[in-house]
Amino acid sequence: MNKSKHTPTFEASAKAYLSNTQLRKNIGHATHTIREKRKDAVDEMPDWEKLREAGSQIKTRVMRHLDRYLLQLEESVKKAGGHVHWARDAKEANQIIVDLVKQKQVEEVVKVKSITTDEIKLNKALAKEGIQALETDLAELIVQLAEDEPSHILVPAIHKNRAEIRELFRKKLNQKELSDRPEDLAEAARLYLRKKFLNAKVGISGANFGVAETGTVAVVESEGNGRMCTTLPDTLITVMGIEKIIPTWQDFEVFMQLLPRSSTAERMNPYNSFWTGVTDGDGPQEFHLVLLDNGRTNVLKDEVGRQTLHCIRCSACLNVCPVYERTGGHAYNSVYPGPIGAILTPQLKGIEDDGVASLPYASSLCGACYEVCPVKINIPEVLVHLRGKIVDEKKRNGGIKQKTDLEHIGMKMMARAFQSRSRYERGQKLARTGQKLFTKDGTISKLPGQLSGWTAMRDLKPIPDQTFREWWRKRDE
Amino acid sequence: MSDSKSEMLSTIRKALSEVPDSESPGDVELKRDYLQKGKLSQSEIVELFAERVGEYKATVQRVKESNLKKVIAESCKRENVTKLVIPEGFDKELLPVDIDPLFDNLGSPLTHLVLDQSDGVITTCAHAVAQTGTIILDAGEGQGRRALTLVPDYHLCIVREDQIVELIPEGFSAVESSVTKEGRPITFISGPSATSDIELSRVEGVHGPRRLEVLIVKD
Repeated sequence: MNKSKHTPTFEASAKAYLSNTQLRKNIGHATHTIREKRKDAVDEMPDWEKLREAGSQIKTRVMRHLDRYLLQLEESVKKAGGHVHWARDAKEANQIIVDLVKQKQVEEVVKVKSITTDEIKLNKALAKEGIQALETDLAELIVQLAEDEPSHILVPAIHKNRAEIRELFRKKLNQKELSDRPEDLAEAARLYLRKKFLNAKVGISGANFGVAETGTVAVVESEGNGRMCTTLPDTLITVMGIEKIIPTWQDFEVFMQLLPRSSTAERMNPYNSFWTGVTDGDGPQEFHLVLLDNGRTNVLKDEVGRQTLHCIRCSACLNVCPVYERTGGHAYNSVYPGPIGAILTPQLKGIEDDGVASLPYASSLCGACYEVCPVKINIPEVLVHLRGKIVDEKKRNGGIKQKTDLEHIGMKMMARAFQSRSRYERGQKLARTGQKLFTKDGTISKLPGQLSGWTAMRDLKPIPDQTFREWWRKRDE
Repeated sequence: MSDSKSEMLSTIRKALSEVPDSESPGDVELKRDYLQKGKLSQSEIVELFAERVGEYKATVQRVKESNLKKVIAESCKRENVTKLVIPEGFDKELLPVDIDPLFDNLGSPLTHLVLDQSDGVITTCAHAVAQTGTIILDAGEGQGRRALTLVPDYHLCIVREDQIVELIPEGFSAVESSVTKEGRPITFISGPSATSDIELSRVEGVHGPRRLEVLIVKD
């Protein structure tokens, strides 16, 4: 687990990204387009709310009995001819995969987009051993070629527009005559990856779902690169977070309605692959499933935070978030950006890191994310819960420094003032005199010294000359 | 049991200490009161399927059984297909006479390279779903292994009217036993290969077949 204190805070990172107008334009355009489309895709479903409820209930069931379902999944996959590996953390998962790939004596593997493998930094681990992991999803390829980081769950290159992508392809794919039509850019990627697919010996994928009952693993995608990676190589290695389990094949009828409409805003995305172990003469003849914890059990043990594990990575919450829309995904300094990232990252990594601990504050608590979440994760509830935990953590570990912290003292004084009416009214009077220096045109927009934090992001209304109570008392006289 | 496995399981059990030992998964409430059965008539279902597949920019034709062979020949001609991949179990009677068939079977599978150099593939399907315009393949007779409908650039798929169901739950239920009993791989195809990765606008045609044609056959 990452205990370093070096991640920048959201506030600091956001400031830099906010001043990048091209980025804001790209992200604003993309999120608004998909937001409208999602609404149409959802509105045509008369039973949407019932599906959401069922999705939430299935995931609740899975989490409460995760140990059982994992064992059942393992048994099913083995019965179907696959191998199952258990990895407590990123290091262990990477080691398992590196060893498997080395056994096959290949220098290159093809990869389907998988945030889980981004989370464990698998590509780096493979590169250390001289193995190149080739990203085959168009957006991941763009990010990889640009030596950049993903900034969105569904569309990792959302921060780049077509002109920027054309420049990148011209340089890196040696395509001098390329236009910026998305069709031509997609064609360039097709040509570049074609030979790689046909000759690949090892494919690596993530998993959208794993079915305990049957051992079936599902990958949901659009381009066909997922089918290529999970069908053509001789060996397939799939990394799956332990929370991706669903109990039965039937449960797909719920999630495969919720996911596409919430994610790409389509009735159905072009390709869904469901494979069960290995099939004679069809697809990879060797299949490995790596079950990954890497902090997920931390999330599980928090009864409020647990619902975070219900996430099916659709990214609808990113697309409606007023904060994400303006800062973009990089400001979150995590492979999981947006509202879901703001609750998932702190729970996976722990809140000792100041940067990570700043994420639950990257929200206005407007609740739009909760409204669109296909599995009803109450993101605002978890955000507030985590904020509470962060404050408690500070209190516990802050020592004398924390006790003399002005915010802490201020909060203590506030608490005392609110405890008694006379103290409260005295405080009001005091503030009314004190605020005169800082009030301008009926607002306070700049407080001095330690208090400046209050006005750094917002204006304050001054305390009025007469409160309602004062008016009422006067009226009786 | 490996160390990692036993440690992960015990961490999970500790994390779930508030869950009573007596509780079984079935005790956790789950209401499936969403739509599981459609209400449309068979002809409306076929109509809806044709419309929704069409919206994905696939070519859709409705043909009579007696006309099928002729339409297949016309489609191949229009798409300039001569090297046509034929899965095991596909009805050879339906094949046009002037093509160069590439037969794939378990004993002598076509190589990736041959598939790549072919002009297209013709298959049947297991089922189809009208609600989402989805074709379901289960690698059965006439559909072949998964690579066949993936590598060639043109996929001509024959869907019989009685294979079409209305809703997604009906589709999953229709192939359930292929998975639970036979462990077959299942592929859902909804339109040609596409991407929304550039500015979130949909572009048809990346790695899978860029042209999908669906022939809906009335018996």
